[in-house]
Amino acid sequence: MTNAVEQENIKVIVFQLADKEYAIPVSHVQGIEKLMHITRVPKTANYVKGVINLRGVVTPIVDLRERFELPISEHEETTRIIIISLEDMEVGFVVDSANDVIDIPANSIEPQPEVVGSLEEEFISGVAKIDKRLLILLHLEKVLNPLK
Amino acid sequence: MEVNQYLEMFIEESKEHLQACSEHLLELEKNPDDLAIVGEIFRSAHTLKGMSATMGFEDLADLTHKMENVLDAIRNEKIHVTPEILDVVFESVDHLEEMVMDIANGGDGKRDVSSTVAQLKRIESGEEAIPEIVATTSETPSEASVLEYDGFEQTVITQSTEQGFNAFEISVRLREDCLLKAARVFMVFEILEKDGDVIKSSPTVERLEDEQFDQQFYVAFVTKESAEDMQKKLMKVSEVEEVNVATIDHGKFSEKEYEVHNEVAATAMLEEVATPAPTPVPAKSATPAKAEKSHAPVGNKTIRVNIERLDILMNLFEELVIDRGRLQSIATEVNHTELNETVERMSRVMGDLQTIILTMRMVPVETVFNRFPKMIRQLSRDLNKKINLEIIGAETELDRTVIDEIGDPLVHLIRNSVDHGIENPTARRAKGKPEEGTVELRAYHSGNYVFIEIEDDGAGINREKVLAKAIAKGVVTQEQSFLMSDKQINELILASGFSTADVISDVSGRGVGLDVVKTTIESLGGNISIESTQDVGSIFSIQLPLTLSIISVMLVEIEKEIYAIPLSSIIETSIIRSSDIMNAHNQKVIDFRGKVVPLVFLEEIFEVPRKELQDDEFHSVVIVRKGEKLAGLVVDSFIGQQEIVLKSLGNYLTNIFAISGATILGNGKVALIVDCNALIK
Repeated sequence: MTNAVEQENIKVIVFQLADKEYAIPVSHVQGIEKLMHITRVPKTANYVKGVINLRGVVTPIVDLRERFELPISEHEETTRIIIISLEDMEVGFVVDSANDVIDIPANSIEPQPEVVGSLEEEFISGVAKIDKRLLILLHLEKVLNPLK
Repeated sequence: MEVNQYLEMFIEESKEHLQACSEHLLELEKNPDDLAIVGEIFRSAHTLKGMSATMGFEDLADLTHKMENVLDAIRNEKIHVTPEILDVVFESVDHLEEMVMDIANGGDGKRDVSSTVAQLKRIESGEEAIPEIVATTSETPSEASVLEYDGFEQTVITQSTEQGFNAFEISVRLREDCLLKAARVFMVFEILEKDGDVIKSSPTVERLEDEQFDQQFYVAFVTKESAEDMQKKLMKVSEVEEVNVATIDHGKFSEKEYEVHNEVAATAMLEEVATPAPTPVPAKSATPAKAEKSHAPVGNKTIRVNIERLDILMNLFEELVIDRGRLQSIATEVNHTELNETVERMSRVMGDLQTIILTMRMVPVETVFNRFPKMIRQLSRDLNKKINLEIIGAETELDRTVIDEIGDPLVHLIRNSVDHGIENPTARRAKGKPEEGTVELRAYHSGNYVFIEIEDDGAGINREKVLAKAIAKGVVTQEQSFLMSDKQINELILASGFSTADVISDVSGRGVGLDVVKTTIESLGGNISIESTQDVGSIFSIQLPLTLSIISVMLVEIEKEIYAIPLSSIIETSIIRSSDIMNAHNQKVIDFRGKVVPLVFLEEIFEVPRKELQDDEFHSVVIVRKGEKLAGLVVDSFIGQQEIVLKSLGNYLTNIFAISGATILGNGKVALIVDCNALIK
C-alpha cells in the first residue's frame, strides 16, 4: 500500500458484478471489449471460459462471477470483457458491466472489513468509499493465481 | 568518430575473431608445428587489436597485443608450442571473450588480467625472443607499408614485378570538404583500372562505395605506368587532395609474411574492421591467378539484421497468413473465377515468402557447438581425464531464438557427461575401455523437430545410487520407486534439488542441478530424455521444435468446436464402422493395417458438451503417431488441411493437457491445436 499512499489519486476502472462495484487501477487495464466468441479450452478451471482472438493475440478469459463463486447469470447486452495485463500475463475478465473511470483519493482506501467471510474476500486488497458508493479494490495477483 | 554506431559491429566481429582464435588454437594443439595455423591466429588477433584500439578499449587492445607478441615469437620460430604456452594463450582468449561480453553488456571491457599478462611476458621473454620482438613491433611507420598482403596477393605482386610491371601502393586523400566521396573513389578506380589492376584496397571496395572511410584510402596496384604518371593522373580527379605512390618492396615478402604495424590511428579503424582475410577487390583485378583463391568471399554478401526486426516481419507475415485464410474462405463462398485465381496466385507467392522469412531466422547449430571443443579441452585438463569430443551435424539449422536459449543447457549436460559420465583413465582401463573417453554431440532434423544428443561412453547412471538419493531427498517415495522403469529412474536426475555427485566438484557443483536444463528445454517446447546403461554410457536426447510458427494442420470438428491436428503427427485419416471397434482391457481399439491401434475419443478427452447423443454407424478417425506408437483420434468430421499460425495461449494458461497452442481461423475465431504427443503414452 505504500505506493498508494504516496500518490494523491488512483485512477480506476469501475465495474459491476452482482450488484457490487469493483475497481481495478487503470494502469493494469488494456481495454474493455464487448463480448465475442470464446473458444472453450478443455480441462481448465470452471471459471476459465476459454480464449478469444483479441486482434491477433490469443487471450484467456476468466469469468469473475465464477471466480468469486457468485451466482452465475446469463450474458447480457451490457456484459463486457476487461482486458487486464499483469506482469507478463494478459487475461480478460468477464464482468456484468463496465462504464466508469474515476479517480479515488489514495487516503480513502481502507483495508477490507474483516468480517466479509466470503470467498471473494481473499481477492480484495481494500475498499474505498466515494460519496455513497463502496468500491471494492481487487487484488489482481490473487485473482489470477490458482486457488491453493 | 561516432563509436556507438560501430559498437555492435565491433562486438560481433570480435566474437568471430575470438572464435576463430579458439578454433585455430585447438588445431594448433594437434599440429604444433604447423606455422600456417599460427599465422591465422595472429591475423585474427591483429585485427582484433586494431579494432579494439580504435574503439577505445585499451585493455582489450593491450592484452591482445601481448598475446600477439607471443604468437609472433611462435611464428618466427623463436619459441616452440607447448601445452603450457597454449594454456596461457587460451586463458588470454578467455579473458578477451569476457571483456568483449562485458562490452556487449554495456561495460567498459576492463578486467584484471595482470597474471595472464605476466605469464605472456614471461613466455615471450623466456628465450631469446624479446629483442627481436621489440624490433618488429616498433618498426617505424614510414618504412612499413600500410596494406597487408596475404600469400596470394604477395605472389601476384612478385610475379607482376618479375614480368616488368610496377607494383605500387597508392594512398589517396580526399579533400575534407569532399561531398561525394563514393563518386571520387569511383573515378579513382576508373583511372586505375584503365592502366592496370587493383590487387586490393583498404578499406574494402564495399566500404569505399558506402563511404565508410574518413578521407584517405589505400590501393595496391600493378601497372606498366610509372609512379609519377599515376600520381598525376589521379590528381586530376577533383576534390583529391593528395596522392602518394610508393613502390611495393616485394623483397620484403620473403623475409616476413606480414608486417606488424603498430599504428592504430585513424587508418586502423578502416583497415582493421574489414574482414580478417584481406579482402580482394571483387571482380576488378582480372589477374589470371584469381581463380585459385577459392576462399575469397566474393558474391556472398550478407547483412546483419537486428533479430527484433525479423520478429516484427514475422508477426506482420502471420497477420497476412491469417488474412489469406480469410480470403480463401471468402473466395470459396463467392466462387468467382478471377477472385479464385488471384487468391491462388497470392497463396503461391506467400508460400515462397514464408519459406524465405523462416529460413532467414535459421542459424546453424554450429554457432552453439563451436564453443564446446575449448570447453572439453579445459575440462579434461581440470579433471585429468582424456576426452575426445566428436561433433556431428553442426550444420543443422535451428530457429535463432532456440539457438540463443539452448547453449546453457548444453553446457550443463556436457559438463555432466564429462564430470559424472566419463571415468578417469585408470578406471577406464580397469573396465577394459580405451583410456580416452568419447563424448559425441549430434544434431539432426527429424520431422518437425530437431534432435540434439549428447552421448558418452562413460560409467552410465548408477540406478541404485540415484534411487537412494532420490528417496533420501524425498523426490520419490520407497513405494513409488518399485514401480519405476529404468528410464524413469534415469530421469530422476533431472528432478529439482538433485545432485548425484558424492563430492561437489568444481565442474558441475555450481548450485544448479539438471532441473534447470529440463525447465529451459521445456520452456522452448521441447523435451529431454535419458538413456543409460551402466558402464557402457549415457545418451541425453533433447527434442526441440523447429519453432516454425507456421505449420500445416488438419482441422477437425467435434460438435461445434474446431481443433487443429498438426500434419506432422498424422499418418492418415479413415472412416471406420462401429462394428470394427473392438474392446481390449477397457480400451477401444481398431485394426489398422494389421496393427492394433487404440482409439482416443477426443470428445471425452476434451469434455466437449454435447446437446444430444449421436449414434453414428461411422466414425471419422485421424491416425496419429508418436515415434513408433500409433493412436486413432475419433472426431465428428474432417474440415480439411490448412496452414496456420501457431499462437501461444499466453502465460496464464500453461500446461493445458493435450493442447499445445492455439491459432486464429479464417473466421476470426480461435481454434486449439491438439498435442498428439500428450495423447499417446
